[in-house]
Amino acid sequence: MKICVCVKHVPDTAATIKIEGENAFRDSEIKFVVNPYDEYGVEEAVKLKEKNGGEVVIVTVGKAEAAATIRSAMAMGADRAILVKTDSQFLDASLTAKALKAAMEKDGLPDMIFTGKGSVDTESFQTQYRLAHSLGMPVVNEVSTLSVDGKKAVAELEVGGGDKQVIEIDLPCVIGATKGLNEPRYPKFPDIMKAKKKKIDEMSLADLGLDASAPGVTVEKLEPVPERTGAKMIEGSVEEQVTELIRVLKEDEKVL
Amino acid sequence: MASTGILIETENGAVKETSLGVMTAAAGQEIIALVTDADPAGLKDKLAEYGAAKIVKLTASGKDVSASPDLAARALDAAVGKYSLTALLGTASTTGKDVFARVAAIMDQPLVSDCVALDIQAKTAKKSHFSGKTFASLKVDAAVFLATLRPNAIEAKAAPAAGEIEEFPADVTDPELLIIKEVKKGDSDKVDLTEAPVIITGGRAIKAAENYKMLEACAAKIGAAVGASRAAVDAGYAPHSMQVGQTGKTVSPKLYIACGVSGAVQHFAGMKTSKVIVAINEDKDAPIFAKCDYGIVGDIFDVVPVMTEKL
Repeated sequence: MKICVCVKHVPDTAATIKIEGENAFRDSEIKFVVNPYDEYGVEEAVKLKEKNGGEVVIVTVGKAEAAATIRSAMAMGADRAILVKTDSQFLDASLTAKALKAAMEKDGLPDMIFTGKGSVDTESFQTQYRLAHSLGMPVVNEVSTLSVDGKKAVAELEVGGGDKQVIEIDLPCVIGATKGLNEPRYPKFPDIMKAKKKKIDEMSLADLGLDASAPGVTVEKLEPVPERTGAKMIEGSVEEQVTELIRVLKEDEKVL
Repeated sequence: MASTGILIETENGAVKETSLGVMTAAAGQEIIALVTDADPAGLKDKLAEYGAAKIVKLTASGKDVSASPDLAARALDAAVGKYSLTALLGTASTTGKDVFARVAAIMDQPLVSDCVALDIQAKTAKKSHFSGKTFASLKVDAAVFLATLRPNAIEAKAAPAAGEIEEFPADVTDPELLIIKEVKKGDSDKVDLTEAPVIITGGRAIKAAENYKMLEACAAKIGAAVGASRAAVDAGYAPHSMQVGQTGKTVSPKLYIACGVSGAVQHFAGMKTSKVIVAINEDKDAPIFAKCDYGIVGDIFDVVPVMTEKL
């Protein structure tokens, strides 16, 4: 069984984003990691490989620096990787999907594709759908439980209010992973060393016959989300505090 | 006048408040309300009051299109053609995000997900980037502007229109790639977290799963939903479906009350666009007090019951 896992190279969620100019950010001083949701996909793929045999291939569309992130994903147990190099962190989702598709077709289409439910940088929640549609595969996103049996998979996803849908699909398919699916492993030192020797096949968008010249979505401006400057503390006895809080929320803020 | 389609979400045969906010985002356009999962007659008054020129019940080969996300997406794509829509908007709910991503893939058009503001004519949108740390202003180059809006991001305003009901039987079929075997019911009477106007969240200080009953009692009084911090979920006090923040849900209610939540960056990633944030925490130095609107230093087991009584 061949499994591809799409991994995005993203800033650590704890990193401070320093905006540069109108629509760029300083990426030289911050730590980049495997997109947290993609880690669930890597773990699930590696578990399936351990059970059924086969190989796990990481596929990344990103800057050259993404190689370090790919090594982290390979330390979790993936066998090799493909990196489609681009210049921008904000590549159009449609183009990313086309690049993933072309890279997978060149390498040989897999039996399963994992992605995260979304990326924590652009938060646009769509690349997996575009990839699946272009390959004619079913896609289920935000999957928190998965079982694979031969050519069928059963996925569970939350649909709001705690309700869960149970969906059956045929392989090959695309699964968007989320928290709950598994507990991603922490690679041990020998695994990290081994990952350094694993192969990363690098190519450019042009090598795949694609170009980034006409994006559908352009980031025109980045700005910090305004931070609150500190709470107005409500003092007094518990009775007094609660009475004042409810008054403020009803009369001043009008949110109750 | 250009026409904008709005995918209407309903609950128990009534329009969800969040869908009315999406209609307000399309003010100035001819609004076509697209209904998949309810009887349009029961929605007419509300949809007309909030600006629907037409209310269209979408069907496909006599089937309930809401039963399959791929069928719903194909029917919506057909509706874009039929009504010459220049924009198609919906709510960034679990189902809305899923269906819109499918529509965008079918149409091969750009999609802006989970916007907090948008301008249909200028084809611009504002949304969170980097886990709630920055806002990105995006320019979309597309024949049809596809976007989902964060629930509660735009307050609904009445703008009466004709609200004429019609049916559109789309000539599409379900590719039958997904078979929905069953829906496992959670605690069905609970208010859905991502769309709730008020949320009360319990953090690590809740100490035990059964103590969420205290928050639920308070929430029930004001129609609020109950959430949990990652620390509380990891400690086994609450299921992941209740988690707010990075790796959980992103919410944007009018009022967010954090009870015993320390206030990690990752928690703020999921709730910082809330209109008003209140924190109740025993530790006066808890980081959450530096980033919220109102704070009460106190034991949640003392404060919450009094709040429940007085609300």
